[in-house]
Amino acid sequence: MRSRSVESLPTATFTPASQVRSPVSLVTSMLADLVASRELAWRLAVRDISAQYRQSILGVLWAFMPSLLSALLFIVLHQKNVVNIPDVGMAYPLFVLVGTTLWQIFAEAVAAPLRVVTGASAILAKVSFPREALILSALYQTLFGFFVKAVLLAGVLLYFGTMLKPQSMLALVTILLLIWLGIVIGLALTPVGMLVADVSQIITLGLQLGFFLTPVVYPAPESFPYSMLATWNPVSPYLLSSRTLLVQGTVEHMTPMVVVTVCLLGSSFLTWLLYRVSMPIIIERISA
Amino acid sequence: MSLPLIEVQGVSKKFCRSLKRSIWYGLRDLGGEVLGRGSDRSTLRRDEFWAVRDTAFELYPGETLGLIGPNGAGKTTLLRILHGLITPDEGRVTVRGRMQALIALGAGFSPVLTGRENIYVNAAILGIPRRDVDSRLDEIVDFAGIPDFIDSPVQNYSSGMTVRLGFAVAAHLEPDILLVDEVLAVGDEGFQVKCLNKIGELKASGTAIVLVSHNTHTVSTYCDRVLVKSAREHELFTDIAAGVRAYKRLVHPGLDGDIEKHCSAAPGIEFMQVDIPRTEMGLGEEFRLRLYYRATTACEDVEIDIALRVAGEAGWHYQATNRTFGKRVDLPAGEGWLDITVHDLRVVHTDGQFAVAVWRRDRSELLFWWRIPVRFTAALRCSGANLYPTTFRTHLSSSEQVSDAGHVASR
Repeated sequence: MRSRSVESLPTATFTPASQVRSPVSLVTSMLADLVASRELAWRLAVRDISAQYRQSILGVLWAFMPSLLSALLFIVLHQKNVVNIPDVGMAYPLFVLVGTTLWQIFAEAVAAPLRVVTGASAILAKVSFPREALILSALYQTLFGFFVKAVLLAGVLLYFGTMLKPQSMLALVTILLLIWLGIVIGLALTPVGMLVADVSQIITLGLQLGFFLTPVVYPAPESFPYSMLATWNPVSPYLLSSRTLLVQGTVEHMTPMVVVTVCLLGSSFLTWLLYRVSMPIIIERISA
Repeated sequence: MSLPLIEVQGVSKKFCRSLKRSIWYGLRDLGGEVLGRGSDRSTLRRDEFWAVRDTAFELYPGETLGLIGPNGAGKTTLLRILHGLITPDEGRVTVRGRMQALIALGAGFSPVLTGRENIYVNAAILGIPRRDVDSRLDEIVDFAGIPDFIDSPVQNYSSGMTVRLGFAVAAHLEPDILLVDEVLAVGDEGFQVKCLNKIGELKASGTAIVLVSHNTHTVSTYCDRVLVKSAREHELFTDIAAGVRAYKRLVHPGLDGDIEKHCSAAPGIEFMQVDIPRTEMGLGEEFRLRLYYRATTACEDVEIDIALRVAGEAGWHYQATNRTFGKRVDLPAGEGWLDITVHDLRVVHTDGQFAVAVWRRDRSELLFWWRIPVRFTAALRCSGANLYPTTFRTHLSSSEQVSDAGHVASR
């Protein structure tokens, strides 16, 4: 027999009562699980990334391809005057290449949580592990994608002879915030997305539309109502600032960025909470 | 008395039959949960049913509970509530200590990664720290017993090999509570022995175990109590044999006492009653059986299959049909009976089971079968299962006289 007495063992109780009714224990367990999930999150990220590359011939090229191709398309359209784009304050190819790469980073962040959690539905239904590991794993995978794309960004900047200024390092912060925003949006859609397949379609469609509703391939419009694309679209401040920081070392849209960041921090926690309390309900519905 | 490791009090769980409605209810439950409303979880909505209803038990350290019942009885659902994967709709579950489930062996395996890489993934999912895996890696690889495949992608593994590898990782945990769900069904005999040994080891060291199995032998060997569960009801037995009998009644609804019966709903003929004058037989006696039937159409040239199984012997002790004896049997239309007699039984002091089956011509359809437990009472000084007439003769080379051993004994 074990020497430990039963009284000293950690106790867990499962009841029908809503978890948000006991907020203190809910938040405590959320934080404890976040800490406990670090190693698993890392393992899952390593597993998914190596599996992805092992089964692919073009491998790392896929990280560049979507943004590179759409950038090339717009460069050609612009050059042939098919589309009329006002002055962007820098070489248009540079503007577009940086823009599409940043958008791609954001788009991957949005899609990551639902993709990772759906991929784990089999183990979710059978093993009890800290559910936060899946979010962290989605974040790690997005960050890995960012590091790969950073090589592309560096290459583009070098090719156009851009001199990085010291304040360009701040772009790292705005890009991380861009990823954060993407993960939170994706995570907010995950619980419902686990139940109904429509959500992943909506994400795909939304990202396609969002590409044009965000000043990625054109400069931020200044006349109302189109200027709302830059001020009311939460993606715009991060994306535009990252681009100008990288190329020119200046920040655009400081006020919207502060507003979005404050909202982001608040909604991050709520989104996490939603994910957390919805898990048992979703698991009950997705598994046979 | 110390506290139980598992306390289940009045636990119920409902499920929904319709997918669309299930998703809709899920969305509504989701809203209710987030808003903190204690929605009416204890009433059934349209298309819902109780998968687990008002279940209660306690399990103390070192105890094993067998959870048996036919498919769809809610055994796995109950395990998942214990595991905390889903919440009960009614009641309360309290678990103390570290819990591990031998349910999804090889959880999280990526098919394109090698066995060795997957060990780390699987261990992380089970909550085993990396340093523990590093120090036990050779042991785990050894235990899995698939040395030639450990560096191949898991997609090349057979299902048995995948389970072996998963078990090798899981076997190095020492949980306070272990949940086992049908893992023994996959894997070969060697693997099953490993599994059972591990379960026995953990039980001895004070782990509380909940074991779901369809193997009544495993249940009888390891369990202290059994919870027999069907879709509608459940009953907790401390007498394992009684529990196993109750389970068999659930699985074979035609079971009556110890006699296993089966009457097919074949058109045209019905077997109404079976008379067995005696189920205890001495040496050289006969086994008689009378089958009453009612036939609306004649069943010609049926085949009567008789077999006898005897405790302690593998396979059939005796098996024959009427054709073995060159005998044709017709069951004419109307009501009547069929007598079957097996003569001169020579089984010694043991239990057995007669099986009788009636087939339509050329075994095209099984009309009827019964298995009747019998007892052979001849208690002679003979240690085998059967007694056959054996002659003993001695021969003295000095004389021409040959005598039976019995006669010689008087000398």
